[in-house]
Amino acid sequence: MKIVIVDESPIRAAILKEGLREAGFIEVEHIAERHSLLKRVYAIDPDVILIDLENPSRDELEQMFQVSRAVRRPVAMFVDQADAASIQASVDAGVSAYIVNGLKKERIKSILDLCVSRFNAFAKLQNELERARSDLEERKTIDRAKGILMKAKKLSEDEAYKLMRAVAMRESRKIAEIAQSIITASELLK
Amino acid sequence: MNAAHRIKIGFIPLADAASLFVAVDKGFAAQEGLDVELVREVSWSNTRDRLAIGHYDAAHLLAPMAVASTLGLSHVRAPVVAAMNLAINGNAITVSPDLHASLVAVADGDLTDPSVSARALKTVISWREKRHAEPLTFGMTFPFSTHNYQLRYWMAEGGVDPDRDLRLVVLPPPYMVENLAKRHVDGFCVGAPWNAAAEGMGVGVILHPGPAIFHPAPEKTLAIRQEIAESEPALVEALVRACLKAAEYVRAPENREEVAALLARPDRVGADIQSLRRTLDGRLPGIVDETANDLIFGDRISGRPDAYQAAWLYAQMVRWGQADRSVEALRVAESVFNPAFFDAATTAAPVKAAPIVAFSGSPFDARDIDAYLSSFSIRATR
Repeated sequence: MKIVIVDESPIRAAILKEGLREAGFIEVEHIAERHSLLKRVYAIDPDVILIDLENPSRDELEQMFQVSRAVRRPVAMFVDQADAASIQASVDAGVSAYIVNGLKKERIKSILDLCVSRFNAFAKLQNELERARSDLEERKTIDRAKGILMKAKKLSEDEAYKLMRAVAMRESRKIAEIAQSIITASELLK
Repeated sequence: MNAAHRIKIGFIPLADAASLFVAVDKGFAAQEGLDVELVREVSWSNTRDRLAIGHYDAAHLLAPMAVASTLGLSHVRAPVVAAMNLAINGNAITVSPDLHASLVAVADGDLTDPSVSARALKTVISWREKRHAEPLTFGMTFPFSTHNYQLRYWMAEGGVDPDRDLRLVVLPPPYMVENLAKRHVDGFCVGAPWNAAAEGMGVGVILHPGPAIFHPAPEKTLAIRQEIAESEPALVEALVRACLKAAEYVRAPENREEVAALLARPDRVGADIQSLRRTLDGRLPGIVDETANDLIFGDRISGRPDAYQAAWLYAQMVRWGQADRSVEALRVAESVFNPAFFDAATTAAPVKAAPIVAFSGSPFDARDIDAYLSSFSIRATR
């Protein structure tokens, strides 16, 4: 079975490709560029096309239903009215599938389930990365504020940190927010 | 008013969604007790699917898509109600300077006449075929769109079979100009502000404003999930009222500057303010008859959805092989453009839709679609 992944994110496409390979789907091609999308799809002649929902090329793919005379096999969008739950799950995860007519339903479902879990895993990875990045930013802010306090109030590093923590607790705000206020104030007072 | 009703509405970043933006951003929706969340979408397919599975309660949709979605023409049967015409007209056909020069060279009359330009296109295509040149390629925004039907209608009147004599490809509107510049397409039919943008950059020549092919053409509709329309009709009426007030606001010349600025916001259309301003004024550079391209924001008369408009759209779908001809399908299509909510919202005496008139060919008669269709020698056979 030939599968095409249309996705502008090379990392997500790689994650999906790997998952499909583990599940025994060997012939998987990734199309990243937008130009001549249909030409490439026709050349590969896939049984299944997977596309991320944020991809504006989705409308281009829809045209394949209209020009089926020009293609060897018609491609149909997989929206099985009976299986609303897995469609819901795939749209929630941000992926859509186009399947050649006549494929077994169980096989389609297994591919779709795999897509959903990989897309969700990718989103989770991205969130974690985002969180790690903002944690790092916060730590940098706190360090800078600590430095300002140490200099202005002649405190040790530990005392400066404890002072910020005490204020944060009293005002029920995050230490990073207090630290940011200190930096802003010190810039204003420069 | 009780706690505000929450509604989620999907839209494609285009100037003809202005009534929706203004309804929300100028507080007309809130006045009606609605708490509307507008979500910017990237493709018509997404909008349709999210509407189908209930992510959205309503959407800014291509008018033919409301019919196609309800009939399940692209394998997704998702019944919707076209509660109001958000926009009428607004498209134009633009060709590359090269193709324009060829058309000028072979034209047997005034090229601003679509009959002349369509015949010229036929001549250019025959000439290219003899030389074994690549077929011409035209871009449009979606298979179920007025753009697609405008291109096809125009060409076919000149003897060009759009499914045999050239290629029609779907392109997202923001990529049209780039594709014309890179010669991936030889022409396109698209909405504002992309025709003006192509001409401004010198990569395209505006050949015909959409209404020169047929008009008034139902362009965008306020599509409501049928479930919502059935369970909460008052909500739909309130939304229509808010959009009508917004349309009035958009139309007032003293508000144009403000509306253009609102449309330019990155979370709305996100295009440059000058071309948006020109769009609101209904002007396209190079078009002599400036009123001809008027993009009409659905008002108390033109905003009223009419079964006649749905029947006309359905006839185009049958002509081009997108839908099968059946009495039941026609009845379902007609029921999509349901004016009940609109009439309740306006409490005015209903006015029938103006007939849709094309530049040539048989006049459309909703009671005799077969005669209308068989009068065309070029049509898809299914």
